[in-house]
Amino acid sequence: MIPMNHYLLLSAVMFIIGAAGVMTRRNAIIVFMSIELMLNSVNLTLVAYSAFLGDVTGQVLVFFVMAVAASEAAVGLAIIIALFRRKQTVNLDEINLLKW
Amino acid sequence: MIPYTPLLVLFPLVGFIFLGLFGSRLKNETLIGTIGSGMVGLSFLTAVAILVELLGMPAEGRKHIVEVFDWLSPFTDSAGSLAVPVSYQIDQLSVLMTLVVTGVGFLIHVYSIGYMHGDPGFWRFFTYMNLFIFAMLNLVLADNFLLMFLGWEGVGLCSYLLIGFWYEKKSTGDAAKKAFVVNRIGDFGFIIGMLLIFSTFGSLKFDTVFAGASVLSSGNTTILWITLLLFVGATGKSAQIPLYVWLPDAMAGPTPVSALIHAATMVTAGVYMVARCSLLYALAPTTLLVIAIVGAATALFAATIGLVQNDIKKVLAYSTVSQLGYMFLAMGVAAFGAGIFHLMTHAFFKALLFLGSGAVIHGMHDEQDIQKMGGLKKYMPATYRTFLIGAIAISGIPPLAGFFSKDEILWKAYSSEFGSPLLWGVAVLGAAMTAFYMFRLVILTFEGKERFDHHHLHPHEAPKSMTLPLMILAGLSIAGGWLGIPASLFGGNWLEHWLEPVFAPANRKLMLGGHEIHAIEYLLMFLSVAVAAAGIYGAWTVYRKRTEIAERLAVRFRTLYRVLFNKYYVDEVYDAAVVNPIVKVSNDYLWQGFDVTVIDGAVNGSASLVGRLAQVLRRLQTGVAQTYTIAFVTGILFVITWLLVQ
Repeated sequence: MIPMNHYLLLSAVMFIIGAAGVMTRRNAIIVFMSIELMLNSVNLTLVAYSAFLGDVTGQVLVFFVMAVAASEAAVGLAIIIALFRRKQTVNLDEINLLKW
Repeated sequence: MIPYTPLLVLFPLVGFIFLGLFGSRLKNETLIGTIGSGMVGLSFLTAVAILVELLGMPAEGRKHIVEVFDWLSPFTDSAGSLAVPVSYQIDQLSVLMTLVVTGVGFLIHVYSIGYMHGDPGFWRFFTYMNLFIFAMLNLVLADNFLLMFLGWEGVGLCSYLLIGFWYEKKSTGDAAKKAFVVNRIGDFGFIIGMLLIFSTFGSLKFDTVFAGASVLSSGNTTILWITLLLFVGATGKSAQIPLYVWLPDAMAGPTPVSALIHAATMVTAGVYMVARCSLLYALAPTTLLVIAIVGAATALFAATIGLVQNDIKKVLAYSTVSQLGYMFLAMGVAAFGAGIFHLMTHAFFKALLFLGSGAVIHGMHDEQDIQKMGGLKKYMPATYRTFLIGAIAISGIPPLAGFFSKDEILWKAYSSEFGSPLLWGVAVLGAAMTAFYMFRLVILTFEGKERFDHHHLHPHEAPKSMTLPLMILAGLSIAGGWLGIPASLFGGNWLEHWLEPVFAPANRKLMLGGHEIHAIEYLLMFLSVAVAAAGIYGAWTVYRKRTEIAERLAVRFRTLYRVLFNKYYVDEVYDAAVVNPIVKVSNDYLWQGFDVTVIDGAVNGSASLVGRLAQVLRRLQTGVAQTYTIAFVTGILFVITWLLVQ
């Protein structure tokens, strides 16, 4: 049996990669993918603990997360397409509408 | 106790409120005029009723205090906390003043119906006039200094409103402002004096203050300051040197206003105040001396200016200043009764003269220059006759009113303990000039050749509503003095006996004895009549018989003439010494300097400081979502580290 530590380490590495991607990448699609990566790292942790503790609650929660992530992907992609239509770019540096 | 006393004050107040609210909607001038004068007339009838009641009482029991309501309640029960009721004091002095104010006031109101006919501000005029009567009655009836001051300020306000009645013209607005500002200087003295009274006696009620003062000895320093400060207030309101400058300019207002406010009533408020506080003044001989000197100086000074003025109302204005000087001279030599007597007779004949001049101005279609009149007696006989009576009365020819009151002042200026032959001499010189300039005015206006353009100007007699008050006032100017015929002329001097209880405490302090008859009194009386007659004869010679003399004199004494004609350049001196420096300092330093730099600078500076700080801080808001993410993640990392370290 693979020890618990490995799952957690993998999950942490995935999360950090995702977070770094969100913070550093400029392409909106890549940032979006990084967010998915962070979500899945959390899913991995939940599933690992669920198996380890013999409690299915974690797995149920993972389904929830997947469902939410799917709908979020739909909405997010729609936003990105709308943005692209408007600005002809998905470069986040040029999308600074939040400023004053 | 006379329970209907408040009615005196209530009638004009009702008139003021009613006309103020609905006057503009009443299109009927007769109705407005009737309400305006009717209210004052009712007030006059109330005053007469009160007089009748007082006459039926013993001399010592004629003082009544009628409390209406508490105005300022005491804050604590301890002594020295301010308690001011609105309560009215009825006594011999205040009833006399009330009768003069409402009686003369009523006649002037009636006159105004004719004089103000057709003026677009007709209702406004009567509103202000009723407010004036209300304030003036508060002034003379108050039983404490604060209520008196309320009336004092109220009449000042009405004076301002009525001088500037024709506010479309800049000059009238300026005159109104000048009157208000100069009065403000005097009122400042009054306020300080009032505060000093309160801190000394712990009350503002006349009774309490005078009771406290009656145990003090003469020459008390505090009393000296109180009386001097109150007198500063009086110089402002009653147009004495050095604050008289506003009164001649106040003639910019309608003529009935000049008659009522700036001749008969308001300007005598200072004299009334000194008489009311006679006990305090009796304790301050130094102040009495100051008052006597100021009064005598003003009497002479204003008379000299009056000699050469050409505006019919200006001559009368300087004459008023001069006559007020006589009243203060009387106060200064502790002849309080004589001063009040002259106040009353002056109210009659000066109101008459002003209303007469108003009738002339009305008949001449707003011409005021006496050099452009002449020969008017043919056109306006009623005005001429009454005006002549007023002129004889003011000149001091017996048996008209002015003779008795002025002669009493002259005699007291000579014989009183505080008087001196010098004061008498100055006053007699002033009296001679009075007779001269009054008859110069009469002759240039009514006698001689007609110096106006016949083709364009058709002088006409004033309407009945104007001539009737003139005739009544002429009657009063003849008979008013008979109330105070001195013992030396086998009269009872009824007025002095009537007022005696009011001034008794002051006279006891001064230890003034009774009135004795001296041979010299007859001599002085003869002299004063002689100089008055000489003045009249002089005016007759110069302006009627040998008119070339006037021009020759003007050329011969060119410098003197010019100085007098320009009123001793006092206005120019005040402008240079006081007004312009204040304007300059206000403009250059207070406005451009302090206001613009410091005050506006502080406001604008704090705004631009916040703005500049925001310029720095707003760089934090990039608007790029990722920057916020970085801040967010950094925060989480910080929290996790902190939790772990703990």
